[in-house]
Amino acid sequence: MKGFDPLAILQNPEFGRMLLHGLEMTFVIAIGSWCLAMSLALVLLAIRLAPSRILEGVAIAYVSYHRNVPTLVQLILWYFGVSSLLPDQAQYWLNDHNAESIFAILGLGLCQAAYFSEDLRSGLRAVSPGQEEAARALGHGRIGALRYVLMPQAIRNALPALVNHSVSLFKNSSLAMAIGVAELTHAVKEVENVSFRTFEVYLIATVVYLVCSLMIMAAGELLMRRAAIAGGR
Amino acid sequence: MIADIITIVRDNWLLLLVGQYPNGPLGGIAATLILSVLSIALAFPVSVLLALARLSKAPLLYWPATAVVFIARGVPLLMLILWTYFMVPIITGYNVPGFATMLVTLVIYEGAFLSEIVRGGILALGRGQMEAAKALGHGGASAMLYIILPQALFNVLPSILSQFVSAIKETTLGYVINVPELTFAANQINNQLLTKPFQVFFILALIYYVVCWSLTRAATLLERRIVTKRSGLSGAPLALTATAATVEP
Repeated sequence: MKGFDPLAILQNPEFGRMLLHGLEMTFVIAIGSWCLAMSLALVLLAIRLAPSRILEGVAIAYVSYHRNVPTLVQLILWYFGVSSLLPDQAQYWLNDHNAESIFAILGLGLCQAAYFSEDLRSGLRAVSPGQEEAARALGHGRIGALRYVLMPQAIRNALPALVNHSVSLFKNSSLAMAIGVAELTHAVKEVENVSFRTFEVYLIATVVYLVCSLMIMAAGELLMRRAAIAGGR
Repeated sequence: MIADIITIVRDNWLLLLVGQYPNGPLGGIAATLILSVLSIALAFPVSVLLALARLSKAPLLYWPATAVVFIARGVPLLMLILWTYFMVPIITGYNVPGFATMLVTLVIYEGAFLSEIVRGGILALGRGQMEAAKALGHGGASAMLYIILPQALFNVLPSILSQFVSAIKETTLGYVINVPELTFAANQINNQLLTKPFQVFFILALIYYVVCWSLTRAATLLERRIVTKRSGLSGAPLALTATAATVEP
């Protein structure tokens, strides 16, 4: 075993480039799937608020599936399973356009949407019914009351859970490695195979992941402090 | 499609259930369940110790425990698995099988998450319990052991059960280091058939869904029972702050 020397990795332009590329891909996957998850979560929330039993059932089934099947299995099902059902034309197009990353963003985003929508829903349930009645009495319509009165409070209530789930979405981006996306964990394995400095590479990646996660938690803390009402809960 | 699924299950049910067991290592859903049960059972004492250390005022206890919890919360499980895979043979001097690697990682990871649940349960009890115990002549340690912990741990039982569901879902990551478990078995079937990936992985998802859904349902029912039981005893509704603390891989 060689002596401990993390600089041997960091100062080597080749290894540094591989790790940076990996980190970039991790960010692309995490941010892409976060945006997809959040927009889909709002749609799911709207569906559950709609007065249709059938639509509500669909939303419940969606959340139940995505919360009870492991994320890795969902990714495998998308990448190996669903892709094989697509018409040839679509498969060629996907293979030309980085299919792994597309399916990783899709799989992680669809999965996390279930968690986000549940967070928002329990945030909304915690808003007292008097708020809606008061908003309606002041002349807001149903949509207006939701948009200007209920949702701001719901999001404030849901913030801690949303931040936690955003951190786990970021961590889950490492699962994309299993379907061959060249993100940070994948880059770590590659650098390890070339440099034989396992300890140093793992340490660098662990610190990078930890710092990013702590930054998301800190940003969430700031947001919560800004969103808190003076004298409120 | 459905005929395909039925055929695949009929031809491979034993592999999905126990892997290549009599002729090879135990795998399939049996290995998945054993791995999750063992990891939660071993993580539980770890988590109580971590939670007590996190509540202690001694910096030598507080800071290391806090560091462990934050590392587990901030670093992907996959990265921790790679660490154990690399470190355990160096520390012990033995080549450990993937199953043991996965178990060690899950005990640390689950221990950290469970400790937050246990800590939440202790904090949710309220100061009066500790004060009353001390007034009755208990010391700090014996009050914790006989008065606080039994109540706190009982209250967080549903959260522990949902953490068990998380553990089942997390064992799938063993696939990356070739631990023989359910996902691994499905992958073997897929490698034999080659032409029906969707059907094979759909069966895989379905099995996980059935197992995890029933356990989640059990956790919800247990929680309802505990809430009624506690509120019946004390006459006031109990605030279970720790129940929302579920995590997913």
